[in-house]
Amino acid sequence: MKNKPIEHIINREETVIAIHGLYKSFGELNVLNGIDLRLYRGENIAVLGKSGSGKSVLIKIIAGLLKPDQGEVIVLGKQVDQLQGKEMDALRLHIGFSFQNSALYDSMNVYQNLAFPLTMNIKNLSRKQVDYAVEEALDAVGLKDKIKELPAELSGGQRKRIGIARTLILKPEIMLYDEPTAGLDPISCAEINALIIEVQQRYKTSSVIITHDLTCAKNTCDRIAMLIDGKFFKVGKFDEIFSSDNKQVKDFFTYNFIQ
Amino acid sequence: MDSYLEGYYKGYRFCLRFFKEAFIPPFHWREIINQCFEVGLKSLSLITLTGFIVGIVFTKQSRPSLETFGAVSWLPSLIGIAIVRALGPLVTALICAGKVGSSISAELGSMKVTEQIEAMEVSAINPFKYLVVSRVLATTISVPILALYCSFIGLLGSYYNVYSEEATSLAIFYKNAFSNISFLDIFSSSVKSIVYGFTIGIIGCYKGYYASQGTRGVGKATNQAVVLSMFLIFFEEVVIVQIVNWIRYF
Ligand SMILES: Nc1ncnc2c1ncn2[C@@H]1O[C@H](COP(=O)(O)OP(=O)(O)OP(=O)(O)O)[C@@H](O)[C@H]1O
Ligand SMILES: [Mg+2]
Repeated sequence: MKNKPIEHIINREETVIAIHGLYKSFGELNVLNGIDLRLYRGENIAVLGKSGSGKSVLIKIIAGLLKPDQGEVIVLGKQVDQLQGKEMDALRLHIGFSFQNSALYDSMNVYQNLAFPLTMNIKNLSRKQVDYAVEEALDAVGLKDKIKELPAELSGGQRKRIGIARTLILKPEIMLYDEPTAGLDPISCAEINALIIEVQQRYKTSSVIITHDLTCAKNTCDRIAMLIDGKFFKVGKFDEIFSSDNKQVKDFFTYNFIQ
Repeated sequence: MDSYLEGYYKGYRFCLRFFKEAFIPPFHWREIINQCFEVGLKSLSLITLTGFIVGIVFTKQSRPSLETFGAVSWLPSLIGIAIVRALGPLVTALICAGKVGSSISAELGSMKVTEQIEAMEVSAINPFKYLVVSRVLATTISVPILALYCSFIGLLGSYYNVYSEEATSLAIFYKNAFSNISFLDIFSSSVKSIVYGFTIGIIGCYKGYYASQGTRGVGKATNQAVVLSMFLIFFEEVVIVQIVNWIRYF
């Protein structure tokens, strides 16, 4: 991997996401049981955990798509669960969300998918400005030649990258990636990992990356948070987590390597 | 029982939200116009065919009973009343419920289960306004126009039958057909169609917007949307006819 995260772009003075005592349950099912997390500016943090452990729920709460039952979620100084309407929209312009299944708009081609968030949020852009922004974002993900294609005509990896490009077009400060490499072959995974680092450097983003892919976590993230039974077992550098004695953590790592 | 009440409450909130958001800018004119064309294009051919056939069949079936009273000359005016007052709006509404309502709920439902609606939300786009308001307005605007068109085609079908039997001219046929139709008839038909259009749009959107459980949920939502909107259309028909009759003879 030629561009490893650069330590000095992380600014530990400034917190962009702060979560305190976060709880969330669906009916009887307790998904999150007291989450605490701090994301510094410029940092990439990986959230690891097995399927169904509540990773997607966690970032949906950060993006304000779900309401927490209890606890505080502060993003860029704003308490997300208290925001509504215009204030929420204003905050969301600074957050990029890459969905687990890309969530591209089926009825629109790649160009329209990218132009849509831009033209809906910034009025009176000229056609030229939109074209330029779309090309810039497609260039960042390396898929300029797919501009006319429909989502159905793209491969899974390409859809992921277009999904990332669509969030980049609004120049977010925070990127939330929901399993960016899930279901991709090793080469596409490596490409996505490189892209995540490129985004971090080119757009100066801070990111939460949800994954159960250890290579992705190790290569793209500065710290790793291990989600077990609705809590973070530990938040720290890859090697710190890796050397832990906890059985569930060990299982997670062993099975990952056997794959 | 509780879940029924909850469903009603959710539906009520959904309608309320529609009225709140429909009148607050920004308005997505282009999307509304697009959707109007969608509604029109989707149902036009079927409405033309059905309207024409209904006109022919209805005329053919009514003729013998009028003949027994020696009142065949009343045929155009009877057909006019039947088609403009009842059949045109109703046939249009049922066709649109099947064609447009189902496609709205299937489209929104699949957008919901593939997280496209959430994707709009996180890019600070109000999905309710962009998707729901524009579609409901589109059906509310288009269905009355289509109903008028359907009535016109229905009368044409009827004329086809009348002409083949009696060789009346089109002008005379239309004059006779409209001789007993009052302003109240046209007005109540239009109001009826507006209500049907709104029903089709809001039910389709509501079912789609709250679809869950993956692709199976989308199928279920679509099915429910068609059944529920057809049921409501008949219910509204009965209520509106009562009200109009009450006004007519008051
Ligand atoms: N809207 C919802 N309603 C009810 N239960 C939900 C909802 N969303 C998530 N859940 C439940 O919360 C739990 C965690 O779901 P989540 O999607 O966060 O898992 P995940 O960690 O992202 O798993 P995966 O790796 O498979 O994506 C699951 O058991 C799921 O059934
Ligand atoms: Mg998930």
